Amino acid sequence: MIRPDAELLLDITDLHASVEDQPILKGVNLQVRSGEIHAVMGRNGSGKSTLSKVLAGHPAYRVTSGTVLYRGENLFELEAEERARLGVFLGFQYPVEIPGVSNLEFLRVATNARRLKRNLEELDTFDFEDHVQERLKVVQMDPAFLERSVNEGFSGGEKKRNEILQMALLEPVVAILDETDSGLDIDALRIVAGGVNQLANADNATLLITHYQRLLDEITPDYVHVMASGRILRTGGRELALELEQTGYDWVDKELAAQGVA
Amino acid sequence: MTSTSTRDLVSQPYKYGFVTDIETDKIEKGLSEEVVRLISSKKDEPEFLLNFRLKAFRHWLTLEEPDWAALGYEAIDYQNIIYYAAPKQQAKKASLDEVDPKLLETFEKLGIPLSEQKRLSNVAVDAVFDSVSIATTYREKLAEHGVVFCSFTEAVKDHPELIERYLGSVVSSNDNYFAALNSAVFSDGSFVFIPKGVECPMELSTYFRINSGDTGQFERTLIVAEEGASVSYLEGCTAPMFDTNQLHAAVVELVVLDDASIKYSTVQNWYAGDENGVGGIYNFVTKRGQCRGARSRISWTQVETGSAITWKYPSCVLQGADSVGEFYSVALTNNCQQADTGTKMIHIGPRTRSTIVSKGISAGRSSNSYRGLVQMGPRAKGARNYSQCDSMLIGDQAAANTYPYIRSQQPQAAIEHEASTCRISEDQLFYLQSRGIGFEEAVSMMVSGFCRDVFNQLPMEFAAEADKLLALKLEGSVG
Ligand SMILES: Nc1ncnc2c1ncn2[C@@H]1O[C@H](COP(=O)(O)OP(=O)(O)O)[C@@H](O)[C@H]1O
Ligand SMILES: [Mg+2]
Repeated sequence: MIRPDAELLLDITDLHASVEDQPILKGVNLQVRSGEIHAVMGRNGSGKSTLSKVLAGHPAYRVTSGTVLYRGENLFELEAEERARLGVFLGFQYPVEIPGVSNLEFLRVATNARRLKRNLEELDTFDFEDHVQERLKVVQMDPAFLERSVNEGFSGGEKKRNEILQMALLEPVVAILDETDSGLDIDALRIVAGGVNQLANADNATLLITHYQRLLDEITPDYVHVMASGRILRTGGRELALELEQTGYDWVDKELAAQGVA
Repeated sequence: MTSTSTRDLVSQPYKYGFVTDIETDKIEKGLSEEVVRLISSKKDEPEFLLNFRLKAFRHWLTLEEPDWAALGYEAIDYQNIIYYAAPKQQAKKASLDEVDPKLLETFEKLGIPLSEQKRLSNVAVDAVFDSVSIATTYREKLAEHGVVFCSFTEAVKDHPELIERYLGSVVSSNDNYFAALNSAVFSDGSFVFIPKGVECPMELSTYFRINSGDTGQFERTLIVAEEGASVSYLEGCTAPMFDTNQLHAAVVELVVLDDASIKYSTVQNWYAGDENGVGGIYNFVTKRGQCRGARSRISWTQVETGSAITWKYPSCVLQGADSVGEFYSVALTNNCQQADTGTKMIHIGPRTRSTIVSKGISAGRSSNSYRGLVQMGPRAKGARNYSQCDSMLIGDQAAANTYPYIRSQQPQAAIEHEASTCRISEDQLFYLQSRGIGFEEAVSMMVSGFCRDVFNQLPMEFAAEADKLLALKLEGSVG
């Protein structure tokens, strides 16, 4: 929801980033305020995941120019773990499996790292069990998944629910959800979207990266951005998403050609 | 991995690297029949023991140092080593109050307090400093149960008949190059005897400390569990940091009779050398247990984190019907460390069973090999073995190898072997970091997850230690 007294949470200015010396982001500008839900759309390879990883601090991505302020602070001066503790959350497009590390223990350590930063009491194993049981409901997840290794042998949909469970536990300020809808059947999509809606409030913001309009049927964005060739090419309201569904991305090529960018 | 922020992490210095300044009684460098006789006479040994040493020495002279392990190191100059060094205090003290306070302080600094007030409440400790045992705690309490726990030297004096019966009965003095060397010059070590039907009332532990820079350490451990007896034993070890290499060639023998069991755990943290491979202990150890009795059991658990070179294969000879051998190992190498370690499970009796779980972690430029033999003899009908060998690579310059050898002369024996290799990936670490978990903690979570099956086997007090030790050893190694 767009609010007049909102806080500027994320302020991205002319962001350029490379991976393996290959420029991927070529001047991203984006402002995200509290209470808002943004959708970032665009074709495969347009740089959406790169943007999300740069924001979360993945070491393989090198920022070559531009700035990102998170609540007024230079995001790039913070280690990935510090960003997370301060409330930046990335829901991965492809969550990795971590054999041998108990999901429950992982969730507890992560939750406590964030709580410590918020001056909240750390939760011991018993308190955490209660705490997590309640959050499981947000994604209607079977508690049996807590006993397994992080994401190990989870189906695509189960991994995505585990991501939203983490979001529910970490209570981020800015949540970036990278294609959380892909690989989900319609029931699972509703559950995940319901979870995201439940967690969104006036003090936080959500950045939904998606290919499909169908997620936006469940979660109503305040803004829709179209990414192409490492930039945000166009920004509009939710009607832009509907338009994209009808017309596809062909206009993008024309616009890029007109701007002299291939 | 490409992260530079993590490469800058400073390696935690080895915190046991100090030297205790104490007067020692050392003999001249070099090895000869005279030296062997000198050691024996210094210890005032009975004839049989001198003969055992001399036979070993003469045999050793005919042997060549083995070179089949995947290890590379400069030739050891056996004439440039001191074979006997002892802190200058008169004989073994009757009470701890008489032990040189510097020695007590040393062990306290190592986390092994020996004094009545501070000693661990449920672990009896034999503290070995360079070549000699300086103190053994809880001896009287153990004696009430008929358990003998003392230094090897004392055992020779007080229980010569047991030593004569069992010494060399599992690892003969001509077993291999390093065992022969040890048999010729060993100075001290621990002796444990658990009589028939007795369950040892507390954990037993020996802590080995090398202090001198030019002295080899050759200990001998002998543990005998009679019918129905059981004991859990743990050894730990550290050494100062020198820029030269020290040779450590120990022999451990375990004898288990009917229905008896020995659980032998090791946390090995000898000095590993610096990040360029200068200094560190050369650790050539022969450990073997013999399940002589029916339904007897030997379980080896080792956490190998130190030494420049580790050459070690704790083994089980499963002679008694239905006897059980187990080997649980975590071997971690970092920087320039090299480890070639594993086990031998020799199935002789019918329905004998063995389990091997080996976890190798290689970081830095280190090399880590698992070498294991499973042998099924003609009488080992219905015998079974399960082996699992997993390697974890950290960074892209470390090496891991697995050399499983299987020999079976028994068609009705089952052997199952599983192996895997994984690498801690940048994406896994990033995943954990992106949830607020610091880099080092992320690595340690993954490593302890990998090692869990082995750590679960350690006595409770030491499992947490092992976890911390690995985290410490890996600090600065990823990235
Ligand atoms: N780790 C990487 N290594 C090499 N190329 C990458 C890497 N990550 C992304 N790219 C490249 O960057 C471009 C943008 O990818 P990505 O950000 O994943 O796009 P999207 O999420 O919009 O599909 C693609 O051409 C992709 O191949
Ligand atoms: Mg993507």
